[in-house]
Amino acid sequence: MRARRTPEPYLWLLFSGGGVVAALLLPVLVLIFGVLAPLGVIEPPPAARVRALLDPLLVRLALAAVVGLCLFHAAHRIRFTVEEMTRGGRLDVVLAPLCYGAALTGTVIAVLVLF
Amino acid sequence: MTALPSYRPRVHPLWWARRRAYLVFVLRELTSVFVAWSAAYLVLLARAALAGDAEYAEFRAFAGSPWVVALNVVALAATAFHSVTFLNLAPRAMVVRLDGWRVPGFLIAGGNHSAWLAVSALVAYLVLRS
Amino acid sequence: MITLQVSRYRPGQDAEPVFQDYEVPLRSDWAVLDGLAHIKDHLDGTLSFRWSCRMGICGSCGMTVNGEPRLTCGTFLTDYGEGPIRVEPLRGFPVIRDLVVDIDDVLAKLAHVKPWLIREGEELPLTAEYTQTPAQLEAYKQYSMCINCMLCYSACPVYALEPDFLGPAAIALAQRYNLDSRDQGDRFDLLATDEGVWGCTFVGECTSACPKHVDPAEAIQRYKLTAALTSVRNLLPWGRS
Ligand code: SF4
Ligand code: FES
Repeated sequence: MRARRTPEPYLWLLFSGGGVVAALLLPVLVLIFGVLAPLGVIEPPPAARVRALLDPLLVRLALAAVVGLCLFHAAHRIRFTVEEMTRGGRLDVVLAPLCYGAALTGTVIAVLVLF
Repeated sequence: MTALPSYRPRVHPLWWARRRAYLVFVLRELTSVFVAWSAAYLVLLARAALAGDAEYAEFRAFAGSPWVVALNVVALAATAFHSVTFLNLAPRAMVVRLDGWRVPGFLIAGGNHSAWLAVSALVAYLVLRS
Repeated sequence: MITLQVSRYRPGQDAEPVFQDYEVPLRSDWAVLDGLAHIKDHLDGTLSFRWSCRMGICGSCGMTVNGEPRLTCGTFLTDYGEGPIRVEPLRGFPVIRDLVVDIDDVLAKLAHVKPWLIREGEELPLTAEYTQTPAQLEAYKQYSMCINCMLCYSACPVYALEPDFLGPAAIALAQRYNLDSRDQGDRFDLLATDEGVWGCTFVGECTSACPKHVDPAEAIQRYKLTAALTSVRNLLPWGRS
């Protein structure tokens, strides 16, 4: 007998992978591009420099993967937390497609931007 | 189940605000909103840089406006908090054995945090070297 | 003396639980359970609560003490200074009377995970021994320390919100057998479900509440990883079992 089919194991793997990637990469990227550069603490990298960074195919693939994983991580957590905070397990039929749909849309946009 | 006239307590609508541990849990989970924001911000940055110098200047003005800087400072705190909590929790799913010796969780967590620092340093070097 | 504010629920008399205050002697060697016994013996014989061993082994004296799930035989009056101390039934369970809760649901869940050594194929004589190395014992020993006190269920908001959730102790119990070198069973279909490990959002309060350091949250996380990898393997055409 097979267990009732559930997408949760795959969603959980995406969530976990996203959690690791976000933990390792996001703070330093936000620190450089979101805080230090705009505040002028460090010289903001010129556009040509950013383009050069994004030039290798591997970097663009990696960035798209990072963005996608981070978005799925957030979607997964927000889905469950909102359901718990509102005591609304019934919301799942709406909330799950909404959260993962938003993450998927964001990933598609990232791919379109980068390629 | 039971035929006894038992009293069934309802979960309080604000149950997560009524116990410190639950509040910390909810806050931990909600840092993921800033994980999503940070990812979106990186896409905006890449889009502007790839679109051309004019768009990039526009983006820098946007990124320099006080509310975006404020948002990013909060995002920095939230993502750093996410890193600490997530890298602490990750070893709980894994049991690492070296030659039959079970590596204690704090060592795995310590290794995770060292990896975090190393990756951060590497990224900073790659981005900032001129 | 110290004040115990005890939750009373007398079916047929109270529509919902009410608090009743009792003054009990504040003795350094008295646990909350001793205070309750003092009330029952000397102040009010109608108070109902469960207990047995008074030494943290039987798991029957779990209650909510000042908002936290505790074994009342191991929680001392002097830990609460001047008091008062609020004693309520374990949260998350239906209340039968006063401090006694209905635990049938969790008992059924514990039985549901097939908590016995499952052997396949050969039937060795009953006298046969299955030896284990210390490392094989260590692999599951922590999960075998559970005393079924249900403090973990009481601490778990997922269980309170979703009563079908299999819950911490039952999953830890399943892992106690999964990780036993003598067991050959497969509990995947029981555990890898939305009501099983996938219902858990890793609040982690079960582990904080557990008086026996079973660490049910870790048991659940470990099985999530096992279940996720098994699910992926089952997807692969060459990986089907
Ligand atoms: S896992 Fe710990 S808290 Fe839960 S029933 Fe067992 S001993 Fe009690
Ligand atoms: S009375 Fe047995 S565990 Fe407390």
